[in-house]
Amino acid sequence: MKNKSLVSINDYSKEEQLRILELAEEFEQQPTQNILQNHVIASLFFEPSTRTRLSFESAVNRLGGKVVGFSEASNTSVKKGESLRDTILTVANYSDLIVMRNPVEGSARFASEISPVPIINAGDGANQHPTQTLLDLYSIKKTQGTLDNLHIAMVGDLKYGRTIHSLVIAMCNFNTTFHLVSPVELKLPSSVKMHIKENNLSYHQYTEMDEVLPIVDILYMTRIQRERFSDPLEYERIKNAYNLHKNMIEDTKENFRVLHPLPRVNEININVDKSPKAYYFEQALNGVFVRQALMVSILGLR
Amino acid sequence: MEKKKIKELKVSAIEHGTVIDHIPSNAVFQVIRILKLERFQNMVLFATNLESKKYGTKGIIKVSNKFFAAEELNKIALVAPHASVIEIHDYQVQSKTIVETPDRIKGIVKCFNPNCVTNHEEVAAVFSVIDKENTRLKCHYCEKITTRETMEFR
Repeated sequence: MKNKSLVSINDYSKEEQLRILELAEEFEQQPTQNILQNHVIASLFFEPSTRTRLSFESAVNRLGGKVVGFSEASNTSVKKGESLRDTILTVANYSDLIVMRNPVEGSARFASEISPVPIINAGDGANQHPTQTLLDLYSIKKTQGTLDNLHIAMVGDLKYGRTIHSLVIAMCNFNTTFHLVSPVELKLPSSVKMHIKENNLSYHQYTEMDEVLPIVDILYMTRIQRERFSDPLEYERIKNAYNLHKNMIEDTKENFRVLHPLPRVNEININVDKSPKAYYFEQALNGVFVRQALMVSILGLR
Repeated sequence: MEKKKIKELKVSAIEHGTVIDHIPSNAVFQVIRILKLERFQNMVLFATNLESKKYGTKGIIKVSNKFFAAEELNKIALVAPHASVIEIHDYQVQSKTIVETPDRIKGIVKCFNPNCVTNHEEVAAVFSVIDKENTRLKCHYCEKITTRETMEFR
């Protein structure tokens, strides 16, 4: 995997993904090491992020590396109209690896083609967010003991949710049964369903989540974003459609876990947080170990 | 044989050049654009909404004194997947080929996604053709699918 950019989850084979997860387990045992000393990682965030940026930077710091970069584009030359091409070629001079989030879709692929140093896509608009997918896989594996033959419910905005798209595509490698819960207007796009069909896996679509709760191993919740709706009334109607409360998860399987890429708004009531079946904050912590494993692999240090 | 002759006459024959037949009626003007025939100096004849046994209706374009490279012609497969291309020399058919949709398309089509990097940076849009029959193009960059309905040519 040395020097291999990660733009879309499919850039890495199933075996390569599993290798990252294995290595992440080692970092979970020992997150503070000196592997990245003498390395500079560029962290270019053209739009806001809490978890992704901070977990990348935390991952670098815990391994003794240095971070350069910005957390918003407004105080950089991008504001002066500098092209992404020039920004990348410049920053590549100052770093060994570039982590980038950019609202323009395809920007990470473009960057990976022009950059002399590898690129990790930390989100390109509504397109891809592969490190989220890796940490989701890690979280599923850790809570279920396996990635194979699971029943997974995906709830919320399945149309625009990039974490959903990448996770569905990645889980197609593991004989998953998908339970897709969304309002009709936010159904999973056919371009993503295509992957499920190609792998001869089964999926079921619902508009309400009650009936899936007792049968699934993982409940993957997502936020429904206001900006997806042109009609604010429509948003108000839909946003309260999927609220998870403590009493709803009482009759779920023993191994049932709730995942959420965060941030949440009101789709998971805080009374769920204390349940042993709530896993979303641990999931966010797993992001550090997975990103450590990824960066170390790409830099060829392990 | 007799009937075919009458049909041919609807658009006069050309002495030298290329005949592009079996174009869907609604794609004739797109083909003209793709092949840049608007700027062409020699005679160009075209007709559309002609009767066609195979497709119901069809369009046809005849370009005088011009022969195209296969690569150029294959671009029109995006809008006219069953078009046949006939080369004429001295009123005689020299060759007849069917266009072929390429597997990969670079720089001809614009990605329909306004938020795609190819619409922001100086980089040519590249697509893989995932469905030749229905013309579905997957953008190499933003991974969104441009269809015949949303397709625009550069």
